[in-house]
Amino acid sequence: MASDAEPLVLKSPTLRWIEYRLPLISFGYRHLVAYQTPRNLNYWWNFGSLAGICLMLQIVTGVVLAMHYTPHVAHAFDSVEHIMRDVNWGWLLRYAHANGASMFFIVVYIHIFRGLYYGSYKAPRELLWMLGVVILLLMMATAFMGYVLPWGQMSFWGATVITNLFSAVPLFGESIVTWLWGGFSVDNPTLNRFFSLHYLLPFVIVGVVFLHLVALHTHGSNNPVGIDLTKKDKIPFHPYYTIKDLFGLAVFFLIFAGFVFFAPNVLGHPDNYIPANPLVTPPHIVPEWYFLPFYAILRAITFDILWIIPAKLGGVIAMFASIGVLFFLPWLDTSKVRSARYRPIYKIFFWLLVVDCFILGYVGANPPEGFLVTLGLLATIWYFAHFLIILPILGKLERPLPVPESLGTPVLGRGPAPAPAE
Amino acid sequence: MSHMLRSLAALALAALLVPSTARAAGEAEPPIRESWPHHGIFGTYDRRALQRGFQVYKEVCSACHGTKYLAFRNLAALGFSEEEVKAIAAEYTVIDGPNDQGEMFERPARPSDRKPSPYPNEQAARAANNGAYPPDLSLIVKARAGGENYLYSLLVGYEEPPAGVTVPDGMYYNKYFPGHFIAMPPILQPDGVTYADGTRATIGQQARDVTQFLAWLAEPKLEERKSTGIKVMLFLIVLTGLLYAYKRRIWADVH
Repeated sequence: MASDAEPLVLKSPTLRWIEYRLPLISFGYRHLVAYQTPRNLNYWWNFGSLAGICLMLQIVTGVVLAMHYTPHVAHAFDSVEHIMRDVNWGWLLRYAHANGASMFFIVVYIHIFRGLYYGSYKAPRELLWMLGVVILLLMMATAFMGYVLPWGQMSFWGATVITNLFSAVPLFGESIVTWLWGGFSVDNPTLNRFFSLHYLLPFVIVGVVFLHLVALHTHGSNNPVGIDLTKKDKIPFHPYYTIKDLFGLAVFFLIFAGFVFFAPNVLGHPDNYIPANPLVTPPHIVPEWYFLPFYAILRAITFDILWIIPAKLGGVIAMFASIGVLFFLPWLDTSKVRSARYRPIYKIFFWLLVVDCFILGYVGANPPEGFLVTLGLLATIWYFAHFLIILPILGKLERPLPVPESLGTPVLGRGPAPAPAE
Repeated sequence: MSHMLRSLAALALAALLVPSTARAAGEAEPPIRESWPHHGIFGTYDRRALQRGFQVYKEVCSACHGTKYLAFRNLAALGFSEEEVKAIAAEYTVIDGPNDQGEMFERPARPSDRKPSPYPNEQAARAANNGAYPPDLSLIVKARAGGENYLYSLLVGYEEPPAGVTVPDGMYYNKYFPGHFIAMPPILQPDGVTYADGTRATIGQQARDVTQFLAWLAEPKLEERKSTGIKVMLFLIVLTGLLYAYKRRIWADVH
């Protein structure tokens, strides 16, 4: 087993000349080749690099789409159809970009739940986790504004509903909304600023991703066993994880291509093929699927809280808090054991949280009527209870299984394989 | 295969993505499930059906409905020759200009022109249609839940209202339309058009043909998309296999 990469030797004088002045080559070598990685990472660890590739794909397709798109209320919808009909491979660019957003969210959600399962947010990776939450927030803002750009019915009404949330802010609400819109309704100034920000934010995400990676490479990846590994349980990133990530990427592309080429509109909403019309409200305004759980939380608060907080403000606070609570997760989870493998009770609650998020998604997709109102409220309560009540208490009460001290490989020679991937 | 793919996608996302919203509005009946030649992984448009559908659109629907994204040159994709496209375009008059005198003028349309709208603006369209606005049909198949099935069902779904239901003036009863009352009259008539290829122009036949034409108009790059997709998938399957084998080899000394 190669536990160390060959040291970097630059034979070319030109490369040595560059390296002496700008140590980029050794930087790349250190972080992409020699970088010490746990040898027991399972396939759930593929989703970080997949997310990075999704981001790159969105930027590349998006930059080219922007060359053909017109951010004006009178031309936006037409320019998207121009891309679909007249631009060479325009349909591919647009379908890849629109479905790419969905793929990006699937990948990132899996990445997040992997972190939750294996306790990747615990010391010393708190900032790594928090930077990830910042990335999620930026992604949500970017995706929301991107969905407005085609200026279809759902674009317009989605923008109207979401920007209107800020009117719930006491005293300044209405002024904030007017300021966001650049007028007194969602209109051309809104579209223009959304386009500008939709182009800007991905590069901000790139910046935060860089910090995310700096934090990651400071203490290295967590692993399925959740213990700090010694050198003998680590292997160089290249070739082991370059090839594993590439294989995962190819599988991901198969699924992605399946959507783009054979079901490009399955994840979208038919109403967004109707040009925006401020005078006609669609019967049901629903966000893209990746926002549905948050939409359910927003709508779960249908009553004033303690006579002080009106229902609307309560919903908005709950929605933002559902992400905000993640910032505090490293301290809310009081267990010293990272991996759910050795936390039998936490494992159950983890899967309950997954189910809870699916329930929230289902509630968010449907009109808030009858039983679903109650279900949405219960699922919302459960979501917050998981983080605010269950995790702090569970860390104190739960008796974890014995955690191994190493991956169980003798120092010399080959040992038994590490525990299989979950 | 298309149904399989669709049902798979639907199953996977049913809980999240297929809300009961489609039927909530007007208890409309779920559309008839037809099979369409352009559905499925290998599906392609039926050129003869597209041409017949274009004829129905041109002779019946286009009196009220525009298709703003249809340029005459696009009709070549239906199998019309260059001469035929020119001849079709020349049947329409478009406004061009200004000329050297600064005046707008009318001229016969050319293949590069888009098909002119039946009305100069929405207000004119409403004025001529009892206040209702016949929507542009360029994207109608993609803009309605149910797509082709819904459109086809709507076109054949006119019937007498059930006992006790009074249809408002200027409206018609259609069991597939949300709310049931639709401003569009049952415009398709048996033998309302005469097909050049001798196909009997029943209402169902016309509805199927025009639906296929409008599906093409909504998604003109469908065939290019699928044929590219098949090549991409084959490439990716081979690539995935190779990468997996390579991965196993590299990891052999770790496992």
